[in-house]
Amino acid sequence: MQRYLLHRLIVLGLSLAVASVAIFMVVELVPGDPASYMLGTGAQPETVAALRQQMGLDQPVALRYAHWIGAALTGDLGQSFTYKTPVAALILDRLQVSLPLALMALMLSVAIALPIGMFAAARNGRAGDTLVMGAAQIGISLPNFWFAMLLVLLFAVRLRWLPAGGFPGWGNPLAALKSLILPAVALALPQAAILARVLRSALVETLGQDYIRTARAKGLSRGQALRLHALRNALIPVVTILGMQFSFLLAGAIIIENVFYLPGLGRLIFQAITQRDLIVVQGAVLVLVAAVILVTFLVDLAYAAIDPRLRLK
Amino acid sequence: MIETFDLGVTLGQTMLLNRVNLRLAPGRITALVGESGSGKSLTGLALIGLLPPGMRTQGRIELDGEDILPLPERELCRIRGKRIAMVFQEPMTALNPLMTIGDQVAEALLLHQGLPRDQALERARERLDRVGLPASRFPLTLYPHQLSGGQRQRVAIALAITERPELLIADEPTTALDVTTQKQILDLLAGLVRDEGMSLLLITHDLAVVAGLADEVAVMQRGTIVESAPASQIFHNPRHAYTRELLKAAKHQPRLVLTRPDAAPLLQVEQVSRSYPAVRPDSGPGEQRLLAVDHVSLTIQEHESVGLVGESGCGKSTLTRAILGLDPIQGGQIRLAGQQVHAGWRMPDALRARMQVVFQDPFGSFDPRWRVEKLVAEPFYLTGRPKNWRDRVAEALFDVGITGDVMRRYAHEFSGGQRQRIALARALIIRPSLIILDEAVSALDVRVRAQVLELLARLRVKHGLSYLFISHDLSVVRQVTDRVLIMRQGKIVESGPTARVLDNPDHPYTRQLLAATPRLPQEIGLLSVENLSDGL
Repeated sequence: MQRYLLHRLIVLGLSLAVASVAIFMVVELVPGDPASYMLGTGAQPETVAALRQQMGLDQPVALRYAHWIGAALTGDLGQSFTYKTPVAALILDRLQVSLPLALMALMLSVAIALPIGMFAAARNGRAGDTLVMGAAQIGISLPNFWFAMLLVLLFAVRLRWLPAGGFPGWGNPLAALKSLILPAVALALPQAAILARVLRSALVETLGQDYIRTARAKGLSRGQALRLHALRNALIPVVTILGMQFSFLLAGAIIIENVFYLPGLGRLIFQAITQRDLIVVQGAVLVLVAAVILVTFLVDLAYAAIDPRLRLK
Repeated sequence: MIETFDLGVTLGQTMLLNRVNLRLAPGRITALVGESGSGKSLTGLALIGLLPPGMRTQGRIELDGEDILPLPERELCRIRGKRIAMVFQEPMTALNPLMTIGDQVAEALLLHQGLPRDQALERARERLDRVGLPASRFPLTLYPHQLSGGQRQRVAIALAITERPELLIADEPTTALDVTTQKQILDLLAGLVRDEGMSLLLITHDLAVVAGLADEVAVMQRGTIVESAPASQIFHNPRHAYTRELLKAAKHQPRLVLTRPDAAPLLQVEQVSRSYPAVRPDSGPGEQRLLAVDHVSLTIQEHESVGLVGESGCGKSTLTRAILGLDPIQGGQIRLAGQQVHAGWRMPDALRARMQVVFQDPFGSFDPRWRVEKLVAEPFYLTGRPKNWRDRVAEALFDVGITGDVMRRYAHEFSGGQRQRIALARALIIRPSLIILDEAVSALDVRVRAQVLELLARLRVKHGLSYLFISHDLSVVRQVTDRVLIMRQGKIVESGPTARVLDNPDHPYTRQLLAATPRLPQEIGLLSVENLSDGL
């Protein structure tokens, strides 16, 4: 186990290092530099040069990377030149919306997918399976912004149970949670459909294994064999998909954020790109990539928790 | 007491089992013998109520006088594991890889008897001790992957007997194991029958396995029991022609081919070593290396057939991979027809084309989406594909006895024996000098095995081939090799002419292997086969 953990930790550190260099270089390599963008096309060359010097852009690349990553490690991602505030604070602010939203959507998606996948696998090939998997197919095909608008029409406009959009901030936790419910449902549905399909096919394959027959010969019912033996063996692909979904939900929620007027990370990045606020883009991408790498690490740990063959190697 | 009365199984309109009558008395061992597809495993599954969906049963299965066939699933769950238990063929996959062996053995007790976990584990401990897995070396917290095949089969037996069932069904429990382990497992099963008074239904394709073990033998062919009698009668005085055929196949002896004295060495293996990092957790901390092949030297002459025998884990497969140039070696050298064998791209195609291999499981070594013509023609990439490659494929298939319109078919459409013939055709097509047969007949029924061995002998004469015949089964090696090498823990411990080694072994390990090999009652088996061979 120690060796596995150590190995994963080394991979984690290396991935982070490589990713940070890549992010730094991409911003570095795009034509033009932040200084000329900030000053616009009509700026005097001397003004640009002065700003470049002020921003430290005239120093060698390696040195600038060292400064940038050193500051980033202490939580300083630089100043946004559109918002005139520290980038780290901006991102942190947006994460207060995006992180809970992603987590809620993920939990919802698991809560929906788990029973559906198990139900379909237990009825493999029969009417219940076909019905549920057909519904899941529709869930995957449904554009989530359209589904989100339906949700708003029903729960906000007609029933008035939940707000139609906006985010009141965590000062009022109940209101904050309520404003995240509809977006989370809209995000979770297609993910749940994907997850249910993956779980079903993994379970169907596992149920054909010899050890399921052994379990049945021991006197376990079909359902017991599914819950006690097949489910855990089918979890590896499910956990893999979950990890990918979390990364997607964290930054890919931009359409849903727009439908519900949520100040999330996706919208921040979108706005920063349109305004060529490269410092914000760089900082946000760094945070996102770090999150993805961290989730991958957690997924690896989950594998080891599930499978003793990885743990005991 | 379990009895079946005219038990039948149908799938749609097809009758799979017909009028099977078995009487399984406490303390008795009944062997159910037949070739694959004869319906013997189906009988076992019908008895425990685990037939695949869609199959329908007829007749009665009486457990102490009560017919259990009409019982609802819930009642059957209470009988399974508790009164009727089953052990399956493949121990490597029969256990849940994510659960400790203790939990797996204790599970039935938790579910059936509602015992608290610690008591259930205590009972599991006692059962594991009983099957020869003592607490000192096999704590309950081990996982299946930390055990060998034989040890896993012991765990499977332990979990089958946790609740002291009245009937234990063992479906080919030793077919996947090597001879030494096979003997231990059979002894264990016999001991359990003796000590616990259960009845054992031992399902097998190999009559030799049940000789001296079974009280009754039922011989099954195409879903019916063709002969059922006390074991002594089956072996001494078989009535049915099919029983005689089975006995004859088990005693099969193809004609021997003698090597020409002037033959040149074809394969020279000199002081070859290969080691791996140890992976078993019980090997302790630090980087330990497992010396899988330890300074092995051997030579195969042209036209010679050499057997390599050892238990699983003795290094046979590692040596094979080294000879084939699939894995690098860490010491020594391997030469084929005077040219050095290297792993990887450094080995010229022309040299690779001089040796081919046939593995144990032909299904696993065929691409399921390729047609036979493409499968058999595959080695042509070493030599370049001739214009008349289709004729060559047909010729190779004809050589191995596969005829008819087969070129466009897929591997799954063939039986095990036919697949192994196709694998041979694939090896033959580029006319190699050496064919390595890695447990190539181990997965086959006795009768099919006899046919494939006959074919191997014929092909060797026809094409002047050399064989390296790898097996754990000494009786098979006796039939097809001129010389035999006995391998143990990475070393060759004994070698010599096959007849000499097998009849007069020097090394204690060879003697141990010979003692473990199942055999038909010697004189009687021979006698009856000779007497009856005219009638077949």
